[in-house]
Amino acid sequence: MSTTDPNPPPLTIEVEHLVRTYGGMVAVDDVNFTVRRGEIVGLLGPNGAGKSTTLRILTGFLPATSGVVRICGIPVASRTDDAKRHIGYMPENNPLPEDMRVNEYLYYRGRLKEIGRERLRTRLDAVLELCDLKRIRHRIIGKLSKGMRQRVGIAEAILGEPDVIIMDEPTIGLDPHQILIVRDLIGSLRGRMSVIISSHILPEIEVTCDRVLIINGGRIVAQGTPAELRREVLGRTHYHVHLAGDLAALPTVLAQVESTLVIASASGPDASGFHHATLTTTRDEELGEPLLRALMARSYRIRSFSRTEPTLEDVFLAATKRSWDVVDLPGARVPIAQRPRPGPPT
Amino acid sequence: MRHFFTILNHEIRMLLVNTSTYLAAVVFLFVMGFIFTFLLEVYSEAAQETSPAYDFFRLFLGFAVFIIVPLTTMKSFSEERRSGTLETLLTTPVSTTEVVLGKYSAAYLVYLLLWGSTAGLFYLLHHFAADPRLLDRGTLIGGYVYIAVSGLLFVAIGVFASALARNQAVALVVALALLFLLIFGTKLSLGTQFMQLAALRPVRDALDYAQVFQHLDDFSRGIIDTRHLFFYFTGTALTLILTVLGLEAKLLHN
Repeated sequence: MSTTDPNPPPLTIEVEHLVRTYGGMVAVDDVNFTVRRGEIVGLLGPNGAGKSTTLRILTGFLPATSGVVRICGIPVASRTDDAKRHIGYMPENNPLPEDMRVNEYLYYRGRLKEIGRERLRTRLDAVLELCDLKRIRHRIIGKLSKGMRQRVGIAEAILGEPDVIIMDEPTIGLDPHQILIVRDLIGSLRGRMSVIISSHILPEIEVTCDRVLIINGGRIVAQGTPAELRREVLGRTHYHVHLAGDLAALPTVLAQVESTLVIASASGPDASGFHHATLTTTRDEELGEPLLRALMARSYRIRSFSRTEPTLEDVFLAATKRSWDVVDLPGARVPIAQRPRPGPPT
Repeated sequence: MRHFFTILNHEIRMLLVNTSTYLAAVVFLFVMGFIFTFLLEVYSEAAQETSPAYDFFRLFLGFAVFIIVPLTTMKSFSEERRSGTLETLLTTPVSTTEVVLGKYSAAYLVYLLLWGSTAGLFYLLHHFAADPRLLDRGTLIGGYVYIAVSGLLFVAIGVFASALARNQAVALVVALALLFLLIFGTKLSLGTQFMQLAALRPVRDALDYAQVFQHLDDFSRGIIDTRHLFFYFTGTALTLILTVLGLEAKLLHN
C-alpha cells in the first residue's frame, strides 16, 4: 500500500507490542503491524513461528499475554464480542461438522453471526455462487472432497461480509487446480475486505498478497511488498549472460554501464568459446538495455541474456536465516520478565 | 442470550438427524421394557408392599441414569473440541455461557424425551391390566417430576465431564464416576466408621441431605420438598458455572 496516498483507507487491523507466552515459552514476541482496508496480507513463516497463535489472538479466541490488538478500532481484549462481529475466520485445517449439509451449516453460522433471516438468504445465495458451491449445497460436509470443504470454509468466512478475514493456511493440502480456485477466490476479495492469510507455501503468498510479513521465532523479521522485501533482504539483482568474447575486459564494460555491476561468477569457455556469466548489482532498475547495448558495442557475441528476480523463497530463507543469526547472538533474547512492559492489554 | 435459541435449535436438530440418537433410544427403551416386564413378573408371582412404579423409579437411579446421562451428554463438548469446531464456534460473537446453556438445554430435552417415552410402558400396563392397584397415580407423577428435577443436575454433570475431556471415552468415565459419587457415594460414606466421629457431624448432616435415594422416596410418596428442589437447582447452577469456567480455562491454556 502506498504511503504517499493522501487519503489512505482506514486501518482495520492494528497490532501493537503483541506478546503471547505458553508457560514461559514465548510464542509471539513483541509483534507490531497494521493492515488497511482492502489489503491482502500474507503472514509467512516456518512451522512453529507463531503464525497461528498471532491469528488466534486477532480473532479473540486466544487472549494475549500483553500488547494491544484492535480490529476496526475496537480493542479485542476488552470488547471481544464487538470485535468478533468484524471478523471472518477460517482456522487451520478448516474444521467443519461432518454430519451437516452445506447450506444448513452456512445458515447456522450466518445466524450465529447475527445476520437477519432475510439478508442471510440473499447472502447465502451470493456466497454459494461465489465459491462455486451451488451444485453441492445439499451435500453432507463429511462426504465432500478437501477442495470443496476448503471452499465451504471460505464461504463461511466471507458470509457475514466482515471487514477482516483471517485464514490460517487456506490452501494446505489442496491440488494445484484447487489452489488456483482458492487463490482466485481470495483475490476477488481484494479492495473490499482486509484479508490476512498465513502460509508457508511461498508462491501462494507471492501471487495473492499485496504485502508480506515474515515471522520467525515469534518476531516479525521482515515486512513489505514482495518487491520491497527482495530489495531489503537480498538487495541485489542478477543478470545471466551466455556470451563469447574477452572476459578479462568485461569488468570495465560493466563499470561503464553501472558502477555497482560486477561479475559474480563466470564459467570457462565451452567448446564454442561461450561463457556463462552471472552479473549482480545492488541497483533495482532495469539495466538490461544499456548493458546489452554496451556488450554489443564491444563486439561480444551473446546467445542469451536474462534478468532473474530473486523469488520470495530466497527472501524468506534469507530473512529467516538472518533472524536466527540475530536470535542466536548472545544476549539477543532478553527474558520476557526483564523487558520494558508495553502495558497491560486493553 | 440472543444466540441461545440458535444454538439450542442447532443442537436439537443435530441430535435428531443423527442415527445414533435413535439407536440409543431403541436400546434404552428395550432395556427399560425388559426391566419393566421383569418387575411385572415379580409382582404377578407374589404380593409386594410397593407399587411397580416405585421399584421402577428406584431402578432409574440405581441403573438407568448411568446409561442415559453419558449417552445424551458425552458428545456435546468432547466432539467439538476434538474436531476443532469449538474454535470456529467461539470466534463468532457467542459467549461461552450461551454455548454451554444451549448444549445443556438440548441434552436435557433429549433426556426428558427419552424418559417421557417410558411412560408408554405404564400406558400399556394400564391398557391391558386395568388394575388401579398397579398404577399408583401419586407415585407416577412424583416419580416423573423427580426424574425431571434430578435430571437437571445429572445432565449438568454429564455436560461438565464432556467439557473437561477432549476424548469422549474419558468424558464417559468422568461422568460415570461423578454420578456414582453423587448417587451411591453419599450413602456409602455415611456407613463408614470414620463418619461416625462427633467432629464430623456437620459433614454427616450435609451428606445426609444429599441422599438422592431419600429424595426419590419423598417424591414418589407425593412429597415435593422445596429443600430437595433447592438442592437440585443450586447443584445445577453450580455445575454449569463450573462448566463455563472449566471451558474458558481450557481455552486460556490452549
